[in-house]
Amino acid sequence: MSDRAGTGTTPLAVEHEDRPELRHHFADVVQQRNAASLGMWWFLGTEIMFFGGMFCGYLVYRRAYFPEFAAGSKSLSLIAGTVNTAVLICSSLTVALAVRASQLGKRKLLVNLLLATMFFGVCFLGIKGYEWHDEYVHHHVPTFYFNAHDLVTDNPNLHLDPQRTKIFYSLYFALTGVHALHMIVGLGIFSVITFMAWRGRFSPEYHTPIEIAGLYWHFVDIVWIYLFPLLYLIDRRPGA
Amino acid sequence: MATAAVSTERKNYLNAEYGIRSWLLTTDHKRIALLYLLSITFFFFVGGFFALLIRLELLTPAGDLMTADMYNKAFTMHGQIMVFFFLIPSIPAVLGNFLIPMMIGAKDLAFPRINLLSWYIYIAAGALYLYCLATGGVDTGWTFYTPYSSLFSNTHVVEAGLSIFIVGFSSILTGLNFVVTVHRMRAPGMTWSRLPLFVWSHYATSIIMLLGTPVIAITLLLVVLERTLNLGIFDPSRGGDPVLFQHLFWFYSHPAVYIMILPSMAVISEIVPCFSRKRVFGYTFVAASSIAIAAIGFLVWAHHMFVAGISLYSALVFSFLSFLVAVPSAVKVFNWTATMYKGSISFSTPMLYAFGFIGLFTIGGLTGLFLATLGVDVHVHDTYFVIAHFHYVMVGGAVMGYLGGMHFWWPKISGRMYPEGWGRLAAMIVFIGFNLTFFPQFVVGYLGMPRRYWQYPPEFQVYNVLSTAGASILAVGYLLPMVYLLWSLRYGKPAPDNPWQATGLEWKTPSPPPTFNFEETPVVTWEAYEYETMPLPDEVTLER
Amino acid sequence: MAEHMEHVEHSEHIGSSSFYWLIWAILIVGTVLTALIARVDLGAFNTVVALLIASCKALIVVLFFMHVKYTSEKMTKAVLIAAVFWLLIMLFLSLSDYSTRYAG
Repeated sequence: MSDRAGTGTTPLAVEHEDRPELRHHFADVVQQRNAASLGMWWFLGTEIMFFGGMFCGYLVYRRAYFPEFAAGSKSLSLIAGTVNTAVLICSSLTVALAVRASQLGKRKLLVNLLLATMFFGVCFLGIKGYEWHDEYVHHHVPTFYFNAHDLVTDNPNLHLDPQRTKIFYSLYFALTGVHALHMIVGLGIFSVITFMAWRGRFSPEYHTPIEIAGLYWHFVDIVWIYLFPLLYLIDRRPGA
Repeated sequence: MATAAVSTERKNYLNAEYGIRSWLLTTDHKRIALLYLLSITFFFFVGGFFALLIRLELLTPAGDLMTADMYNKAFTMHGQIMVFFFLIPSIPAVLGNFLIPMMIGAKDLAFPRINLLSWYIYIAAGALYLYCLATGGVDTGWTFYTPYSSLFSNTHVVEAGLSIFIVGFSSILTGLNFVVTVHRMRAPGMTWSRLPLFVWSHYATSIIMLLGTPVIAITLLLVVLERTLNLGIFDPSRGGDPVLFQHLFWFYSHPAVYIMILPSMAVISEIVPCFSRKRVFGYTFVAASSIAIAAIGFLVWAHHMFVAGISLYSALVFSFLSFLVAVPSAVKVFNWTATMYKGSISFSTPMLYAFGFIGLFTIGGLTGLFLATLGVDVHVHDTYFVIAHFHYVMVGGAVMGYLGGMHFWWPKISGRMYPEGWGRLAAMIVFIGFNLTFFPQFVVGYLGMPRRYWQYPPEFQVYNVLSTAGASILAVGYLLPMVYLLWSLRYGKPAPDNPWQATGLEWKTPSPPPTFNFEETPVVTWEAYEYETMPLPDEVTLER
Repeated sequence: MAEHMEHVEHSEHIGSSSFYWLIWAILIVGTVLTALIARVDLGAFNTVVALLIASCKALIVVLFFMHVKYTSEKMTKAVLIAAVFWLLIMLFLSLSDYSTRYAG
């Protein structure tokens, strides 16, 4: 049963001398790696609940204020959203390939793939920043001279309530803002592990930080995979 | 090893290294447990101070000791400090941290540095809360209900909210550590069915911490954003929904009460078999009931919202589910009682606290069923009946369990025995003081006295006076252990490895244990609670 | 050292690079599909389809990029399923209130 502590096959002292990255309270590296992996998966579980709270709020208000949410959604740039989704998918590819490179001990490839991942992450943030700036210019950012009357006049038949559109934008900025924060933290983590990789700290025997950083990155990608339809595609039917 | 070595002679986790740096930068789970012990005790007294203010004000029907605003701050900060900075961390961060690695035969938790980080996060959050307190406090009620908290309150809601947001991560990291430790660090032979029930309960607690705490984190963050950016998502005049806040808040805060009680139940599950000299009756059921409480506990949150405007149909569903959650708790109470049946009972201090727990938790739990009953709840919601209910489970339950556990494991933690006579006296004072404080509150609540009011009709005064009198007795009961436990550090009898002749791997280590717990990884070939093979504890140890 | 290499290779799955590119392609197609279908009038099903595609994409990322398909660790799947299930509890039970508010 893989849950059992340690493998109990390698004498403790020898294993610890052999493997400097093995911390003293673990019996062997397999146990250490399994602990790190389970720890990261649980952490991702907590993140699902963290974002989940906002999804709950989104769900309640979307049901209540569908016309305003649809109008708000249409005001977002479909191109930017789609491109950003693709950008994150590319970054997930590079990070999966990076984990593979570390498993095969290919240091240069590993470093390049980690840099590529970060590059895509920065692209995503850049496009997001451009979108936010655009929304700021159009007075769609709550608090900063918010004014959604353009939406009301653009959709005269819907008789939109501007307060309710503000709720859409509040949730939009909360969701994408918290997501972006997670991306930034991810970039910080990746900077550190890229540096470590460049210094040759990883090998086929030890590359746990790459694996678990990769798990985190994929999770941030998956959150966006859901945010894209929920925020950008509420009602894109022509003529709606 | 006849006379146990005095702690200064043998190397143990306390004297392994000296100096403040060795404590503040420690990764030893036992030292971190003591860091938490100091911190939560401090906050217990701060929270207790606010309780004192409340009870003093309520001695008289008129609002004569302080202004209404000041009173609002007093009950808010009493609640927030006690819940977030004392009860939620208490047993897990002190006893859980100290004991879990030893109980499963490990050298430390899975992530010792994250353990230290969780304490630092707790301290940072505590400092922010103290800053909030010092600059004027917060008056929203511990529940932060919107739109008062998000819009109208003129107090330091942002600081309080952020501080609790931060302390939530301390909780999450502790839970993360425990779950991974129990899965990955058990010694050979320590199967799930041989785990002490203390570990099972903490495992269930950790699941709740992991899945619930993030929700209150995001909820408080949204309130902070609403307040600072004037968003309107919880403001009804702008299309916002205050009930949404309540759903999100209580989704965590109800399971949070199980975070507060499960570790206490964990302690009772260790004390009762030891002082009955019998294995736990129905081990599997007790273990499963911990998991059941954690799971079902997530399905009942809207019973706090019966009169908030939720639909009648969902209220019926939540009421039914709330009845269901009482079942696993009852299973535990029956099993502890059955454990004691035909056992050889000793009335040691920990056992006195266990008796207190079982009786008071039963009363608290049963009154919870009153509240789960829709019709009754309409009448007693927001009255002192509710306050009495949750203090019976939180104080009569959780705090008694905490004190019982501190006494039970004190010899292991400190290497000293506490004075048994004083221990028993304090336990009885706590029991008497507690009931005098809170039983009248059931009555006066049922008669209609609302909670969170700083003045009340004169006919309720006699109950309030009894309650305040009880509170002062309770305070004495809490101060006594502070004094004699500290006294014992210097003058207490040196403790043997296993003064209570208890089962459990932690008792196979010296008192106090060495830094790495075990010289060699133990290999477990016995079931938990094999009391029939254990000798009786020394009469001298028990009657000290 | 050889023992460790064996240990590592035995417990870790190493995907082929072309397989990862294939997954990438599927995800990109899924993304484009989502955007295109959004412009077709399916009534209430627009949302359902969009979320269905999103869930398929998420599942593919979890199974193949995050190696859940190849892991022997049961806990990984258990944690994932538990967290998603808990999220659904929060969403559905809250919805049980909102969707029955003005009934009858």
